[in-house]
Amino acid sequence: MVIECLVLGAGQEVGKSCVVVSINGKRIMFDCGMHMGYLDHRRYPDFSLISKSGDFDNALTCIVITHFHLDHIGALPYFTEVCGYRGPIYMTYPTKALAPLMLEDYRKVMVDRRGEQEQFSYENIVDCMKKVTAVDLKQTVQVDKDLQIRAYYAGHVLGAAMFYAKVGDAAIVYTGDYNMTPDRHLGAAQIDRLHLDLLITESTYATTVRDSKYAREREFLKAVHKCVGGGGKVLIPTFALGRAQELCILLDDYWERMNLKVPIYFSAGLTIQANMYYKMLISWTSQKVKDTYATRNAFDFKNVCSFDRSLINAPGPCVLFATPGMISGGFSLEVFKQWAPSEMNLVTLPGYCVAGTIGHKLMSGKPTKIDLDEGTQIDVRCQIHQLSFSPHTDAKGIMDLVKFLSPKNVILVHGEKPKMASLKGRIQSELGIQCYDPANKDIVCISSTHYVKADASAKFIQSSLNPNFRFLNRSLEGSSVLGHVDTTAMSPLQVCDDRVAEGILIMEKNHKAKVLHQDELLDMLREQKHEVKYAYCCPVQFGKFERTENTGLLSTRDVLPISDKCSLLHLLFVKVSNELTEGSIQEFGEHLQLQSFRASVCLKDNCPYRSTDSSHNISEAVYFCCTWSLADEKLAWKVVAIMKSLDANAM
Amino acid sequence: MMLDEETSDFSVHKSLDSESVDRKRQKIEKPLSAKNLINAEPFYKTVQNLHLWNVSFIDIVLISSPMGMLGLPFLTRAKGFSAKVYVTEATARLGQLMMEDLVTMHMESRQFYGPEESGFPQWMKWEELEVLPSALKEIALGKDGTELGGWMPLYSAADVRDCMQKVQALKYAEEACYNGTLIIKAFSSGLEIGACNWTINGPKRNIACLCSSIFVSAHAMNFDYHALQGNDLILCSDFSYLNAMEDGEDDNFSAPATDNFSTLRDNNDNWDMITESLLDTDENLEEMEKLVFVCSCVMDSVKAGGSVLFPIGRLGVFLQLLEQISFSLESSNLKVPIFIISSVAEELLAFFNIIPEWLCKQRQEKLYSGEPLFAHVELIKQKKLHLFPAVHSPKLLTIWQEPCIVFCPHWSLRLGPAVHLLRRWCGDQNSLLVMEKGIDADLALLPFKPMAMKVLQCSFLSGIKLQKIQPLLKILQPKFVLFPENLRLHLGSWSTDSFSFIHYSENGTLRLPSFKDYAELDIAIDLASQLCWTKFKLENMNMARLKGELFIKQSKHRLLPGEEQVVSLRCRPLLHWGMRDLDNLLTALQKMGINGSVEQSKSGADSENASIVHIVEPSNALIEVNATSSVISTADENLASLVTQAICSSLDGI
Repeated sequence: MVIECLVLGAGQEVGKSCVVVSINGKRIMFDCGMHMGYLDHRRYPDFSLISKSGDFDNALTCIVITHFHLDHIGALPYFTEVCGYRGPIYMTYPTKALAPLMLEDYRKVMVDRRGEQEQFSYENIVDCMKKVTAVDLKQTVQVDKDLQIRAYYAGHVLGAAMFYAKVGDAAIVYTGDYNMTPDRHLGAAQIDRLHLDLLITESTYATTVRDSKYAREREFLKAVHKCVGGGGKVLIPTFALGRAQELCILLDDYWERMNLKVPIYFSAGLTIQANMYYKMLISWTSQKVKDTYATRNAFDFKNVCSFDRSLINAPGPCVLFATPGMISGGFSLEVFKQWAPSEMNLVTLPGYCVAGTIGHKLMSGKPTKIDLDEGTQIDVRCQIHQLSFSPHTDAKGIMDLVKFLSPKNVILVHGEKPKMASLKGRIQSELGIQCYDPANKDIVCISSTHYVKADASAKFIQSSLNPNFRFLNRSLEGSSVLGHVDTTAMSPLQVCDDRVAEGILIMEKNHKAKVLHQDELLDMLREQKHEVKYAYCCPVQFGKFERTENTGLLSTRDVLPISDKCSLLHLLFVKVSNELTEGSIQEFGEHLQLQSFRASVCLKDNCPYRSTDSSHNISEAVYFCCTWSLADEKLAWKVVAIMKSLDANAM
Repeated sequence: MMLDEETSDFSVHKSLDSESVDRKRQKIEKPLSAKNLINAEPFYKTVQNLHLWNVSFIDIVLISSPMGMLGLPFLTRAKGFSAKVYVTEATARLGQLMMEDLVTMHMESRQFYGPEESGFPQWMKWEELEVLPSALKEIALGKDGTELGGWMPLYSAADVRDCMQKVQALKYAEEACYNGTLIIKAFSSGLEIGACNWTINGPKRNIACLCSSIFVSAHAMNFDYHALQGNDLILCSDFSYLNAMEDGEDDNFSAPATDNFSTLRDNNDNWDMITESLLDTDENLEEMEKLVFVCSCVMDSVKAGGSVLFPIGRLGVFLQLLEQISFSLESSNLKVPIFIISSVAEELLAFFNIIPEWLCKQRQEKLYSGEPLFAHVELIKQKKLHLFPAVHSPKLLTIWQEPCIVFCPHWSLRLGPAVHLLRRWCGDQNSLLVMEKGIDADLALLPFKPMAMKVLQCSFLSGIKLQKIQPLLKILQPKFVLFPENLRLHLGSWSTDSFSFIHYSENGTLRLPSFKDYAELDIAIDLASQLCWTKFKLENMNMARLKGELFIKQSKHRLLPGEEQVVSLRCRPLLHWGMRDLDNLLTALQKMGINGSVEQSKSGADSENASIVHIVEPSNALIEVNATSSVISTADENLASLVTQAICSSLDGI
């Protein structure tokens, strides 16, 4: 069985996440994102690779969207409304609630500001979202008879989820974007220890290891405070959802503590509206924020009010949250143009900016002038503060997750090529897990787990679960071999419980394979068990010296007293256990035993199992009748060989 | 082994401090008056024979609704309790709030009755019980006089906290794995927010526990009956059918019962029809009509200057009434304030607005369009709705005005703000008390008599209607249905060709049939590929010895290669059978160049047909053969091994 992964986007890059995974005949599309850095056909995944004919309904079993960021969902309305996919789509409740806001915001920016021809309309977004089935975390969704999916908390943004998908015995996890450390409003990613054939993980920070967040948060607050303290204006370009709420919780709390009265503004209606969603979806945030729901919902910001365009040039300090985050256009650009020329002002930048945006230009070096377009140039004299708390996991987090899940294979997506290559090397060398970093349009094939199905009888199951204790007597070995060694370190009696499942697998034509316990087989066949055993009456020559020493007189051999029988047996026991290298023979009064091998003193004059062709001096020999069964044939012959050779050793 | 799990639902049946009673059947006694009631700290009753149980034998407890959780601390505080308690997240939160509220109200009433002198209340003494009016005695002792032991003092706040610690909260349809063998999942039942039906999947059988369910709910997520499909056995524990029927007779304002069942019978095979009949909107309309009727009564009262009191019963009903009434007030332009008085009012209402995952489709749509999930959020903002923790809250006194509409606990009318308000308004003929059916109104109102206040008792749908049971079971296709014995007659005669009924009754233990003799076993490929097969022509089958380590996880049995798997290609059979005659053996020996002579043994009494084969070349050996064993005796290891080969070749073996 093979799992086939077709990477349509976010292969060795960040943007338009889209991976199509085929498992046992089911085909799942994970994420359907758009690339923010392109305006031509490259902004969408190349859907023609899924189906040449465009019959996507038959080509895909379902679509799973991990979170509401445009590089993960941006192409969905296009795919459903323009390309015509009508199959099931799954995402979490917050994603379903918040995604239309993101999509509509983007559409507006594209159409209104850039004057571009629209790729999809508002109605398209609405219609698209109607087709979405919302899921709760850990809810086990049976997509069809064979395909099961389940969402796990991913941190990152509200409603972000990692998705587990299982078909038959094969299972994979697609992480989407995730964060392994909690932030101001979201918890850390959480997942069960699953048996996975494949883990597809993001790798935005494939090589970065970040320190504690609190230091960076303090830095940010200090910079903001310093700016407003000096009468400056702070522009915080941000995504409407997620980062805005996180920073707002941070600032609101700080304002409260420092008793600051400087206004904090949210641009336009969008983010205020977003807070409404956050309030209803508070159970998807971190435990600490969640607990506030009854008394004062943490998203009821006290110091935040909405912004009016007329306030752009109003005197006095203020803090403004404006979209979009990378200053790629829209309101944040409008404000940036006004505020950038003053040294008093401060602009913060998100942790990641797509190449080509103003955010990206500001990040790379500190330019004094930025060319907006032909004829428009902005003087940049304001201070720049780069936010370095990104809601993505760092390299340590990725390694931790991979180690925790220990999948058979890892595919890296959503990262930069050289960094991914380095992380891939680490995963392979440090964790010994096969790792791939495919480029867009590459296909990765890996073999998947498959189990042979059989019906097992209750007796087989029960016998497999029965404890199988073995007691190893250490003290005995210790004292005989090493004398008085310090035995406190090791308990004298060691108990092992190696449960072994042993049974018989039966294949019959036109029947399902069956597993039975050995004892059930003959009943089924209506046969009688036939045992193959061995019997041998073995002569043993104890040396004269020892015999007198240990057993006293042996004058009347025919009526050997029981004590003598026992002591002879004991003598044999000591001898044999000294010689025997494997297993430990045990003494049971009347006989010695090792597995099925038994030896007892034979007093018969004419034992049928006694060989007459022995070359030994028979009169000197003591006979031990030995029996064993087929299973222990080899071992038994070894013991017999030891018994036979005792004579030589003793003398 | 029988069913490993104990499923039980607990609910406080009665929070009777005392009183109760209906009009005497024996006319000898005087009618009950408030004086007859026991004036003491309230005691509570949960599952009748809980005290007879050894709670340490319970492995699993499944809770199906917030109401069904109120008795849980009685169980979890019992000595030796160690069961896993599964409950949905929403139920856990709502149940906790309800329990906390109950404890708060109880503490308040205890202040009224004074500190208890001893653990044993005065009224429980025999001489006191003896003089009770017969109706009260029946309540205290039960019909057959055995139920006195069921009365318990209320649990404490610490018991509730401790109970919540023992609860494992699950998400919608989250798989909880018990002990590796059972997978337990919750699916919405539609009755309340967070209320659920359970499925239990084990290696031997799949069970669905069907509790009170509502197909189309106006607030909670609909009854997800598709998720219960494909289970071998369905445990029907929806007892609302009975109530519904009893109520049927004197139901003031129920729409005529729609009986789709008769039409259904002709269309048995038509599944769409069945589904349609299950989801028919008549039921929903009927509920809406009831709400509208209650609202009109409320409007009449407030217009006449009277106040309206709603003791809070089912949370869903409360939420819908709240919305409906505020809507009616709005449309008739009445400025009558609505108060909710409960120690947990604020938390409760805030919580309803943050669980879209458990709400019906229409309400989820509100989430998507960014509107509050319930109307109360706006009502609070507009100061039309006020929440107070208690009647004596200082702020309440400043804004209190009458007429007003108050929602508050407790439906028993013995605890909480309801008692105070009822005392205040019981003499006012314009005021209105709206109670849910299911309580004995006469008894409940006894302390407040004589009453001028109007009383409206209404019943809302609280489970599956009896006529929907059969079509539902048709869809679910179980093999067995566990059905309450006392409802047997109400089922009528069904043609149950596809499944059979097992009837259960209280305090009886049932042994469930097992549906699978075999458990599904997954064998790892690398293990399976190493097997060495033996072919048996006679039976036309292949066999192989299987050895590995068995793992049980997520109710799946998996056989993986053992750790010390010394790739034992030692394919030597260990089990033999089928010794038919000696000739085969002798031939086999001959092929190896060994000649044996056969001697029929007569000595051994145990071995009836034992034969002995003597071998002298290459050395001495002897083989004793009978139907069930062969014994090889020789001093020559090589010879022994050859003989063994010969014997094995003449036998079947694995």
